[in-house]
Amino acid sequence: MNNRISFSRIRESRLFWVLTAWAVILGFNALFVPGFFRINVQDGHLYGNLIDVLNNGAPLMLVAIGMTLVIATGGIDLSVGAVMAISAAMGAVLINPAPGDKLVSNEILTRNATNTPLAIIVIATLAAGTLCGLWNGLLVSRAKIQPLVATLILMVAGRGIAQLISNGQIITIYYTPYFWFGNGYILGLPVSIYIVAAVAILAWVGVRKTPIGLFIEAVGLNSKATYYSGISAKNIQLLAYTFSGFCSALAGLILSSYVHSADGNNNGLNYELDAILAVVMGGTMLSGGRFSLLASVIGAIVIWTFTLSMYALGVPANALLAGRAVLVLLVILLYSDRRLIKRRGKSNPAAVQPQDEKPGLPHP
Amino acid sequence: MIVMADPQNLITVSGVSKAFPGVVALEGVEFTLRKGEIHALMGENGAGKSTLIKILTGVEQPDTGSIELENTAISIRSPHHAQELGISTVYQEINLCTNISVAENIMLGHEPRRFGGICWKKLNELARQALARLGIELDVTQPLGIYSIAIQQMVAIARALAIASAKVLILDEPTSSLDATETARLFAVMRSLKQAGIGIVFVTHFLDQVYEIVDRVTILRNGRFVGSFEIAALSRVELVAKMLGRVVDELQALAHDKDQVESQSDKGRLIEASGLGLRGALEPLDLTVGVGEVLGIAGLLGSGRTELASLLFGIATPDSGSLLIDGQPVTRFSPQALIKRGVALCPEDRKAEGIVGDLSIRENIILGLQGRYGWFKFIGRQKQTEIAEKYIKLLGIRTPSPDQLVKNLSGGNQQKVILARWLVTQPRLLILDEPTRGIDVGAKAEIQKLVLELVKDGMSIVFISSELEEVVRISDRIVVLRDHVKVAEYDHAVSDRTLMQTMAGEA
Repeated sequence: MNNRISFSRIRESRLFWVLTAWAVILGFNALFVPGFFRINVQDGHLYGNLIDVLNNGAPLMLVAIGMTLVIATGGIDLSVGAVMAISAAMGAVLINPAPGDKLVSNEILTRNATNTPLAIIVIATLAAGTLCGLWNGLLVSRAKIQPLVATLILMVAGRGIAQLISNGQIITIYYTPYFWFGNGYILGLPVSIYIVAAVAILAWVGVRKTPIGLFIEAVGLNSKATYYSGISAKNIQLLAYTFSGFCSALAGLILSSYVHSADGNNNGLNYELDAILAVVMGGTMLSGGRFSLLASVIGAIVIWTFTLSMYALGVPANALLAGRAVLVLLVILLYSDRRLIKRRGKSNPAAVQPQDEKPGLPHP
Repeated sequence: MIVMADPQNLITVSGVSKAFPGVVALEGVEFTLRKGEIHALMGENGAGKSTLIKILTGVEQPDTGSIELENTAISIRSPHHAQELGISTVYQEINLCTNISVAENIMLGHEPRRFGGICWKKLNELARQALARLGIELDVTQPLGIYSIAIQQMVAIARALAIASAKVLILDEPTSSLDATETARLFAVMRSLKQAGIGIVFVTHFLDQVYEIVDRVTILRNGRFVGSFEIAALSRVELVAKMLGRVVDELQALAHDKDQVESQSDKGRLIEASGLGLRGALEPLDLTVGVGEVLGIAGLLGSGRTELASLLFGIATPDSGSLLIDGQPVTRFSPQALIKRGVALCPEDRKAEGIVGDLSIRENIILGLQGRYGWFKFIGRQKQTEIAEKYIKLLGIRTPSPDQLVKNLSGGNQQKVILARWLVTQPRLLILDEPTRGIDVGAKAEIQKLVLELVKDGMSIVFISSELEEVVRISDRIVVLRDHVKVAEYDHAVSDRTLMQTMAGEA
């Protein structure tokens, strides 16, 4: 009985710590950032810092959802930022309003029109990112390259690919319907929030209402035993990386729509690191295993709440990075402490074998 | 102190208790280790052996009680402190680095220095001396990984003795991955250390070994101290009875069950392998397993028995011969494909290949069936719990809840969870590779009994074990492997002795 309680406690704590972190930041804002919680209604749309957190954080939340599954299999996906850039470039190039390969002038390019139907643009954008994910998945699961190295390839090469697609240009987008994804509103809330919610729910159903979630965790915890149980660890990895590519593509679409441009060098820059941080804050171990999609999404929200709070306080962009370092440090300290508590708690004499012990464990 | 200050006493533990949240791990334990004695520490899983060892090595601190080293009260603050005091430990799973040289492993952290750098010549010389003390000669400049597990174990002991002037050596199940010759070699080393006046604490599950080498034995049960005995004055049955706290007749009863099953075989062949082999792993061999038959595989460590299991389960793909299941050839070799054909394997390395320790019992049990169902046919949570509870009851897995993590179970119960994982899929052929290794006597008997019951229901079983007695007791036929070659096939009437001679290549 005892163990049942402590087990569920550990699972709950996956959400507990990240919610605590969020509460601390919000509490700080309540005291020191006047008007942070104010939400105004303009033209039937909601505006305010909290809405901005959700809207600006949407791409990161999407990337974090995909990253969660990859990390849960015991892998990592460093290419997510580059994949965002590739997808954004893909969308921007297809928007080109000039018919055929006719020489294009500035006048044509800046026209609010497109030669490609919006549905095709969206599908091609998502397909580009998903293919990138598939490529990562094949490298990891079939070519057996270590995930860090395998995805590093696309992390580096991806920005080059994005520039090849956009012909080395930063493409400014003038086509209004495309802006809907990053700037549109449904029932007073930004469209991106609905997209995140839809993907999160789909992913949750996909992993928790099918055996896939269990398989992902099993692969992350002990891939050999999982293979010996007749489960194809390869296909599970392939699925996770491909899905991560899809999520990055969607994130790239929303981001380029929000900023009205596609920049091969800067779209989604450092998103891989933020996404990993969000997942770790959500309590998923980098070594793989148990995961929570919701906790990762909240992790992403925490990062953006922190960023926007700093902006609201007037902290300059370069000092922001230092502030972020403090956040990362705090999170890591919180978690290492939690792990220590866990280890002390589990010292069940019948269970712990001597080889589990690390010499030099602090004593109570 | 009641214990008299006998100068022969190395370690005296008196009245030691230790409680963890919710569990009393040790209660009033007494333990005396004398100079130049080999002292076995015995008990079922969960008896408190590990906790006592952790206290002696400074990993845990006792709540009450005292520890004396050479009749001086001490408190062992940390593993490092234990080493300084002269208490060295070699753990079951060797924690050395296989990619650096033998000498570096032995001297790691104590390298002799010269001009600010490491004096390699001296380092190798010291390592050679440390090994020579154990009567072993090796090329100490070679990486450790090229040597066998047994040699690595010796190196671990050499390291334990070289670091400090060890007075006490704790060996935690050192023989569980060694074969007979390797064990004999280890015992020779232990005897010479004993001559040198070192006290050895020896934790093992093997009764034979206890009677072969040990002077005295301390028995623990459920964290309580049962007693310390001179081994010469304690019969095997008494020893087992003290460990279990009851008189065991289950083991004897098994032989009787076997006779009843006898008439059942010969219902046709399930598995037919002809010329099945894989270069470097197994020479081509012929093999049949009948429906409802137990085929025992006997062989020393490295004889090819685990390789045979890998081929039958599709982990490795044979490069010669054919494998028929129900007369139909197997064309695709992968666990997934073979599981679909009704084959299941309980692997030898339970921790690395069997359980997923951080998943619950429920999830571990369901993994096999769910793997067979694939991605889209989901077993709902409620159904999962039902299945898990059914098999927990059926196999007598001792746990408060199906949501308990498997890593928190004892070895025997972990083995039962893997058995449950496969029984759920209703396999036709169950391959058991060392199913009773490292588990206590009670659980061993339960698993052997279960095997016989499954056979009664028409399941076929390939039973691989290094305990000959067990193989003979359970199997209908026995195939003997030696150096990756099938050397003989016997019916169940064969004696342990004949088997042993065949395995060793004497007959």
